[in-house]
Amino acid sequence: MNFGYYPGCALHGSSDDYEQSIRACLGALGIKLEEIDDWICCGATAAHSLNHKLAIALPARNLALAQRQGCAEMLAPCPMCSGQLLRAGQALASDAALRSEISSIVEAEVNDGPRVLNIIQVFERVGLKALSDAVTKPLKDLKPACYYGCLLVRPPAVVGFDDAEQPQSMEAVVAALGAKPVDWNYKTECCGAGMTMASPETVLELSGKILANAAAHGANCLVAACPMCHVNLDMKQAAIQEYSGARYDLPVYYLTDVVGMALGLSASELGADRHFVLAREA
Amino acid sequence: MSRIGVFVCWCGENIARTVDVDQVAEACGEMPGVRCAQNYKYMCADPGQAMIREKIASERLDAVVVASCSPHMHLKTFRRAAAAAGLNPYRLEMANIREQCSWVHHDKDRATEKAIGIVRTAVAKVRYNHALSPIRVPMTRRAMVIGGGVAGIQAALDIADAGYEVVLVEREPSIGGKMAGLSETFPTLDCSQCILTPRMVEAGQHPRIKLYTYSELESVSGFVGNFEATIRKKTRYVDMAKCTGCGECQKICPLKRNPSEFDFGMGMRPAIFMPFPQAVPARPVIDKKVCAKIVRNGCGLCEKKCAPGAINFKDQDELATERVGAIVVATGYKLYSIGREQPSAKTTGYGEYGYGKYKDVIDSLQFERLISASGPTNGELKRPSDGKIPQSVVFIACVGSRDNAKGLPYCSKICCMYTAKHTMLYKHKVHSGEAHVFYMDIRAGGKGYDEFVRRAIEKDGAKYYRGRVSKITEENGKLIVRGADTLAGVPVTVETDLVVLASAMRPADGVERLAQKLNIGCDEFGFLMESHPKLRPVETNTAGVYVCGACQAPKDIPESVAQASAAASKVMISFSASELTREPEIARIDEQTCAACFACERTCPYHAIERVELRARNGDLIKRAARVNQGLCMGCGTCVSVCPSKSADSEGFTEEEVYAMVEALA
Repeated sequence: MNFGYYPGCALHGSSDDYEQSIRACLGALGIKLEEIDDWICCGATAAHSLNHKLAIALPARNLALAQRQGCAEMLAPCPMCSGQLLRAGQALASDAALRSEISSIVEAEVNDGPRVLNIIQVFERVGLKALSDAVTKPLKDLKPACYYGCLLVRPPAVVGFDDAEQPQSMEAVVAALGAKPVDWNYKTECCGAGMTMASPETVLELSGKILANAAAHGANCLVAACPMCHVNLDMKQAAIQEYSGARYDLPVYYLTDVVGMALGLSASELGADRHFVLAREA
Repeated sequence: MSRIGVFVCWCGENIARTVDVDQVAEACGEMPGVRCAQNYKYMCADPGQAMIREKIASERLDAVVVASCSPHMHLKTFRRAAAAAGLNPYRLEMANIREQCSWVHHDKDRATEKAIGIVRTAVAKVRYNHALSPIRVPMTRRAMVIGGGVAGIQAALDIADAGYEVVLVEREPSIGGKMAGLSETFPTLDCSQCILTPRMVEAGQHPRIKLYTYSELESVSGFVGNFEATIRKKTRYVDMAKCTGCGECQKICPLKRNPSEFDFGMGMRPAIFMPFPQAVPARPVIDKKVCAKIVRNGCGLCEKKCAPGAINFKDQDELATERVGAIVVATGYKLYSIGREQPSAKTTGYGEYGYGKYKDVIDSLQFERLISASGPTNGELKRPSDGKIPQSVVFIACVGSRDNAKGLPYCSKICCMYTAKHTMLYKHKVHSGEAHVFYMDIRAGGKGYDEFVRRAIEKDGAKYYRGRVSKITEENGKLIVRGADTLAGVPVTVETDLVVLASAMRPADGVERLAQKLNIGCDEFGFLMESHPKLRPVETNTAGVYVCGACQAPKDIPESVAQASAAASKVMISFSASELTREPEIARIDEQTCAACFACERTCPYHAIERVELRARNGDLIKRAARVNQGLCMGCGTCVSVCPSKSADSEGFTEEEVYAMVEALA
């Protein structure tokens, strides 16, 4: 099974542990990732809050590159990136005038771009049964709180994935690994995201609530799929504990970490040993 | 040669301002076949009509054209005038020189020219108009009402009280519908059962009402005045004649914990049950999905216990046939499913409210049962999860209503009122309790309605927040409701014990299938279509079929009852004569030239085409042909356009007439 791969800025920078985890985990499943040659920034929050055209043009160029590379399905692990790519693809598909204008701006023809997938959808392509069969170390002691954050399932009209209010797809993946996901309330709440620079207290407050609710529902770790969320919940956890006075010590895994561990990979192979709240060997 | 009279109306200034009526009359006088042409200021007024009558007599006119307004406006008026003077009314045509000419043009010369053209086509047509007589269809003065809720009961009682027999068909084991389960009703807070059950009993005992409960309409054939309905009586396993309604079977049934449909899952019932103690008829049914005797040939205790021997496990569905002349549909509503099961791909549901996940998030009909004196808790408000009396309740309005993104676009109309009622009833039961309401707008149009909502807020102290709820979560046995107060501009979090969702009204299940059987229309949401939203609100496009109550659109009890009486009165009007008179402007098929291809039968939207066999006197089959059922045909002309042998024609718009009109313009 092959997928195109659009890492986005985060996975080549602050969250390169996520990339390590993805490559190790999917490699163990025999999945080959073909990184899009010469990919550029998706535009992220900066573009779409300032310049609508730029917010279409940046992802459009990436879609054109992926198309040129001949990939039919492309993994974009960061939900911000996948959302922007999907949004641009839909805008171009529904507006011929815009498509020709953007094509001239990015100097590449964008037609049927690749199908953009998030990491959960990749595991769904593998198949939960096949995934479960590949497990060598069932994670029976793991009680994760699966955390989707804002963007993985929203906006529903753009991502068209799972139930935006009561998503269950990540729980299905971790359950296939033998883990026992907890039922909790904050799986689609905001972690504070980019406010981590402008207003750190906001993040301490919001991410603090997420950790508190996960702990209150008996979770012994969190599983996330978004690099931004991971930063706020993992790197900031010490600051959150200091700010709120509560102690959680909840490891925050990427979804690929827990899949990788169940497949028998070690924390260091997955890069999980580089998290701030130390990962426990399953 | 024809002797046609043309009468040009000024319509005050309406026509005369833009059309030179003298010139039109003068031009008409010279048209072939026209005997006389006159104009007058108000042709529809008495002197105008008198002029027409006088000219018909004095000039021995055999056809008349009135050039005035739209035929929708005054065709009947003028045809009546012509008939009074002894002319066949269908020999009178109207030329519309108002809506189609004077009202839409400015240039007087050109408008006059156009008006002359319009009259010329009418003159050309009227020469070929057949003298027609109204069609008479025998009328079976007996009605069927489908649905035994408050609307159906009202319609049935009205028709029966007027002296006609009524067949009342209800698919549940008892009549009463949704209203039988309500606690108290707005805006007077009178007890729903107290006002409904006497009506139910009346319907059950009425000598002219034949009740079919636990029965559904299987099929309908025939046409207005002459319907034949087949009704499926579902297997009840209880002999209605032998059973006395003593209730011993319910007591002895060991399978007591089945969610009660009547209580919307808030209470339990045995496998053999009467939906509620006041059920009409007071006879139980056996739920064949759970009964141990039926499922695995066990138990059978009720059969042994039943003294009159009314239990019959060999019971089968039965089909009954009823002949009726009119049908009233009153199938009511159900609530929009808030959980994950969605009625269509367009509605995504409200996963954020946790309905189905949290036991203490319920819908409004469930809340009605919890506060109803006849409910599973005998009127004591206990929340479903742990039976505690909630010290705070959050009510959320417009769940699924007025929501293009996730729900249905329409307003369900009654939720504002019953939510205000719920807050009051709650405060009357739990004096120290807090009632919170999240709403979009308060729509309280109606007699005493706004005052009622003000009372809930000002006297009973319900807290109203104008804003939506974004999420409901559960922590430590409390429901955390997070929403917005858009008037104060702040987010609101309410910790509460119970949440009640006022979810949208949708037409009852199966209404689309029923509409197909009756050949009536429904809108994109499944609500049945009335014939005209203002002037024919209870008629449908199929003659003899009427609608009332919430199957037509969301509505409250007073409106449903009013509409039911309206439908009943329409039925009674049609029953006022032994024969039904219909306009004769319908299709006819020339059986001599008909090639029996039945293309007309396939395209007729009213199923008005019948197959006939033409036989010689000795009984030999000469040919087959299509024939128009005069009771069903609505004169749409579809058959005329598809007939390959040109054997179909519509009276009033024959090919001959239409071509004459076209030629007159050439």
